[in-house]
Amino acid sequence: MDRKLLLEHIGVEGIHTHDVYRKQGGYKAVEKALKSMSPDDIVEEVKKSGLRGRGGAGFPTGMKWSFIAKPEGVPRHFLCNADESEPGTFKDRYLMEKIPHLLIEGMILSSYALGCNQSYIYIRGEYMYVLQILEKAIAEAYANGWLGKNIKGSGFDLDLAVTTGAGAYICGEETALIESLEGKRGNPRIKPPFPAVKGLWGRPTVVNNVETIAAVVPIVNEGGDAYAQFGIGRSTGTKLISASGNINKPGVYEINMGITVEEFIYSDTYCGGMKNGKKLKACVPGGSSVPILPHYLVCKTAAGEDRLMSYESLSDGGFATGSMLGSGGFIVYDEDQCIVRNTWNFSRFYHHESCGQCSPCREGTGWMEKVLHRLEYGHGKMEDIDLLWDIQRKIEGNTICPLGDAAAWPVAAAIRHFREEFEWHVNEPKLCVTKNYGLVTEKKFEPVNA
Amino acid sequence: MSETNPKFKVTIDGVEVEVDPGTTILNAARLIGGDVVPPAMCYYSSLQGSGGKCRTCLVEVSKGSEKDPRPMPKLVVSCSTPIMDGMEVKNKSSEKVMDARAGVVEMLLINHPLDCPICDQAGECDLQNLAYEHGKSTTRYEFERRTFDKVDIGEYIKLHMTRCILCYRCVYTANQLTDQREHGILNRGDAAEIGTFIEKNLKNEFIGNVIDVCPVGALTDKTFRFRSRVWYTKPMDAHRDCKCCSGKAVVWMIGDEVARVTARKDQYGEVKEFICNECRFEKKEKSDWTIEGPRHIDRNSVISANHYEVEAPAHTPLLNKA
Repeated sequence: MDRKLLLEHIGVEGIHTHDVYRKQGGYKAVEKALKSMSPDDIVEEVKKSGLRGRGGAGFPTGMKWSFIAKPEGVPRHFLCNADESEPGTFKDRYLMEKIPHLLIEGMILSSYALGCNQSYIYIRGEYMYVLQILEKAIAEAYANGWLGKNIKGSGFDLDLAVTTGAGAYICGEETALIESLEGKRGNPRIKPPFPAVKGLWGRPTVVNNVETIAAVVPIVNEGGDAYAQFGIGRSTGTKLISASGNINKPGVYEINMGITVEEFIYSDTYCGGMKNGKKLKACVPGGSSVPILPHYLVCKTAAGEDRLMSYESLSDGGFATGSMLGSGGFIVYDEDQCIVRNTWNFSRFYHHESCGQCSPCREGTGWMEKVLHRLEYGHGKMEDIDLLWDIQRKIEGNTICPLGDAAAWPVAAAIRHFREEFEWHVNEPKLCVTKNYGLVTEKKFEPVNA
Repeated sequence: MSETNPKFKVTIDGVEVEVDPGTTILNAARLIGGDVVPPAMCYYSSLQGSGGKCRTCLVEVSKGSEKDPRPMPKLVVSCSTPIMDGMEVKNKSSEKVMDARAGVVEMLLINHPLDCPICDQAGECDLQNLAYEHGKSTTRYEFERRTFDKVDIGEYIKLHMTRCILCYRCVYTANQLTDQREHGILNRGDAAEIGTFIEKNLKNEFIGNVIDVCPVGALTDKTFRFRSRVWYTKPMDAHRDCKCCSGKAVVWMIGDEVARVTARKDQYGEVKEFICNECRFEKKEKSDWTIEGPRHIDRNSVISANHYEVEAPAHTPLLNKA
């Protein structure tokens, strides 16, 4: 089953316009849903499809939808989280840029399923040109009667608007997104109450990722069961992976979940192997916040089984020997790269993006960045490694939102798997400034695709 | 109403208490009192929306509820987690909690200037108490600390941002107590600061209360700055007829002089009756006030260590002389 579900018509000239999109079978799902399906039918289909949130956490979407409170006379809201800021992830941008009507169609279906009449797409500030593409597409959808009052005579009203953030990573956290959308400072809220009960303007709200919403379209078109045929086990459907790093063909790939990591990296259909014939050193499979995997754990799990591109297989072994699928930001490192420098870079990002609301994250991210900077530039001490471990342990799980965890995990995993590299930075303070670990050591990374 | 409502049973550190549904773990613990009460740096019961930020009140829920006895996977903030029937909470009895709390204290202190010897808050500082109880005597932080310039925000209030722990209490106070909010949080992460956009003055009859809610010495009273250590002054309950507030305050005396006026704080350092700026900053004569008697301070502070109250009867005639 190599069929693509989301990017099927991506190559068609002018697919970003309404007319071409419609000719390729676009908005068929909306027609079908409004004519023959009740809102609960759609929720049921999404539940059957086993679709899981594509934003990172992988929470079952159907279940999330069924949590929404439905008090009488209170409007509900549906929000699209297009605040894609995770380093290494760029799938949503690609989707919105190339095929914006797919997102709009998904928004209509999801809003109908949840009984929302006002929905918003919250897009990050840096995607200003994507905003223009989306706004043009929305205007087209309005002109063709897909949005507005009484859509295609069904009696269902929907207004859709795009709002931009100001470019803060934290606004991708759903409650911070809601705060920001309300015009406030983008600080995550303390949960409970969850957005499904009290979200935007105190009303029941559901927030979903762009890719999740787009996936609703094929689910309605082909039925939940047919969608569940794709993928493997509890990881159903297809997933967009943003591949980057030292590979021959970086870019966005739609994969059928369940292909092996080895195939994904080395096959010409996907990444096309390591660049310049170098050896694989490490891989971050799901965006900067998930734990890094060393070369011997990328293609095989600790138990010796093939590692698959799926939620379960990538997290096989827990954090000790596994990672997470996360948002699908697949970053590959070759043997020349320096893990300490990479970890420092990630840490610098989280330090910069911490909202400063709760103390462990506000102070801890900065502290970790400073210690990592010191290590990377040859001023580190042996105790620093244990200090880093202790700081990340004190941040993880003790913060309001997952940003604290996201800052702690990459540091923890880097120390867990690449401790000797940290030690080398301490022992060779002069050398580590001028050369990367991989370039000076005799240690060779065993080829894994032999 | 409370008789008809079923009460929820909750066990905190092995002490059982019955509370109304919807009560938070922290408030349930405060009903028990004593050692089981988790410390709180940002939660303030009279300010809506406060809490959840400082993470010092983290507790372990070892049993979710009678219906769902699973423990909660992470430590939870006691100030904003509502109790469930049959919940079992571990505060001081949990090593995980003590470890996490020590971590939070360490995080709070890495960018704190620790200038207690010259800080007006010393002696009645929540952070001092917290660090004394849960902190270490040394630091592992070897980098330059974050500093800010001191800012005058209005006639009476000095903002010393370097000491701030970003509890947001003053923002909520200004938001909920006064007509217009003039200050808030600027910037992000560890560069975040309390600020009045383009250094405006805070002008409001009740804005002085931000000094009382501040858990550290970030907001100080300019009429009292550097005049005396708090433990050399004698707190007296006093009241006066005031047009805009209850007029119930505590005057802190040095001899016969009123050194400063604050609102009355309860045992958790929380003000129940906020006072106006006039009472706080302008009535600095003993004749302005009717003195009721010594103020009992039952928080664990340096002031209460003086036990001056014991001698109070001997002083009473002296007070009435004026």
